[in-house]
Amino acid sequence: MNITTEQLLKAVADYQGKFQGAYNIRENGECAARQSTPHIHIESKQDKPGLDIHIDADAQQETVYIPACVTHGNVDDLVYNDFYVAAGADVTIIAGCGVHTDGEGEARHNGIHRFFLDKGARVLYKEKHVGTGKGIGLKRIDPVTEITLGEGASLEMETIQLGGVDTTDRRTEATLGPRARLTIHESLMTDGVETAQTDFVVSMDGEDSAVDLISRSVAKGESRQEYRSRIKGNCRCTGHSECDAILVDRGTVNAAPELYAGDIDAELIHEAAIGKIAGEQIVKLRTLGLTEEQAEEKIIEGFLRGK
Amino acid sequence: MLTLDQVYWKTPDGEEIVKGVSLEIAPGRLTVVTGPNGGGKTSIAKLVAGLASPTGGRILLDGEEITGLDITERAKRGIAYAFQQPVRFKGVTVRDLLEIAAGDALSEEDMCSVLGKVGLCARDYVDRPVDASLSGGESKRIEIATVLARRDARFLVFDEPEAGIDLWSFSNLIDVFRSLKEERRRALFVISHQERILEIADEIVVIADGQVRLSGSREEILPQLLTGEKQGLCPIHQGM
Repeated sequence: MNITTEQLLKAVADYQGKFQGAYNIRENGECAARQSTPHIHIESKQDKPGLDIHIDADAQQETVYIPACVTHGNVDDLVYNDFYVAAGADVTIIAGCGVHTDGEGEARHNGIHRFFLDKGARVLYKEKHVGTGKGIGLKRIDPVTEITLGEGASLEMETIQLGGVDTTDRRTEATLGPRARLTIHESLMTDGVETAQTDFVVSMDGEDSAVDLISRSVAKGESRQEYRSRIKGNCRCTGHSECDAILVDRGTVNAAPELYAGDIDAELIHEAAIGKIAGEQIVKLRTLGLTEEQAEEKIIEGFLRGK
Repeated sequence: MLTLDQVYWKTPDGEEIVKGVSLEIAPGRLTVVTGPNGGGKTSIAKLVAGLASPTGGRILLDGEEITGLDITERAKRGIAYAFQQPVRFKGVTVRDLLEIAAGDALSEEDMCSVLGKVGLCARDYVDRPVDASLSGGESKRIEIATVLARRDARFLVFDEPEAGIDLWSFSNLIDVFRSLKEERRRALFVISHQERILEIADEIVVIADGQVRLSGSREEILPQLLTGEKQGLCPIHQGM
């Protein structure tokens, strides 16, 4: 594992020199380190790049780390990771991604993650993305997340783009069974001439399923963001989506949330707000001794972190 | 000592709100500014904290002219300001605000101490966002706490601190003002209509139509205010 990978892992996967429990570290398209545990088995796919991760019912309060790093240009890393979570398991999955280039070549990671949660399984899924390096080559991360929740299963997804990613195309699709719960918190920061496209499609197909989708984004510089969400209530269910964005400088955000109620007992709500930082918020923090720039930074930090 | 020397302020469209106000506020003293609504009290508080710039006159802090200093520079010189209408944020927590105010990380004990003064339990509040999920009274108490958390503050401005808070918290607030007075190192500048706050004042200033109409010790001014009420000078509230 090279030093850039270690630095990226610290940023995206809380790496402190080693991981506890099950892990697989992917570096420039290759496996740099792997460890399974008695309840979490990680195996390479035979037909394409990627992993099959099998999580037993006995896995309780365990954590599995599946980070991926690209540390130089001219790498286009495509990986398929499938997570099979047995009934009643309760785990945290950390799957951060960092791309770095100091040259002219593009550094890209495209992670396609699929989650299959059996009855009553619980997963906290965390992914952080970051781009680093001074190269002019594009730093690109295009994550695809597909989620299938069985009866009474729940998945909470925290997806954060810390910054430095020139372009990203983020797609998340989920299908919810009876009484399944999906919670998504997205935080997205773009700056300069970066672009971000984020797309959520959630189908609630099981009675009494529920989704709560919260997206917070900040578009600085001349960056551009496109947000789309589609929540489909096909039965008695509840759905809530909230899309808030802060514009700084000449950043732009195009938000297109969509709700589809296909059943009279589907209860769907959407909230959205896009605008600059309220002047009174900056004034308040300045009365506490911060400069205007520090106040703006604190407000954005809280906004992106908030739930 | 904070000095306002013939301070004037006009709105951008030319309406004169503050008309030649002169005041001196000494450390260890509680000065209560009262008077009818729309008389210019909040404008004076904003001029002191730098939220507005005088169109005439001077403001001095311990002899140093601070008229041209901005909000941040005044805060760094020890001026703290509790807004009449608390500001709400998205995602910024009570802990964030108190630590920004204190200029450093605060222990749980510190949090309890500050929030306890405004009748809130730290355990229940520190990780809550300062947003619309808080009631008006909770927001107001947190706003006051951000001023109490300022370790470096030596001139504390409270704009109608009683507004929106319950009786128990109001009694707490009176105790806080008393103890701040007893420290004798900070000046308190409180805009209020509450008789219980006026009763603990060292000085009372009545502002009406942008001017100082009455000014002096509590013993001197409070009896006049009760008479002045009939003349529309000061609508004193006795409810709390």
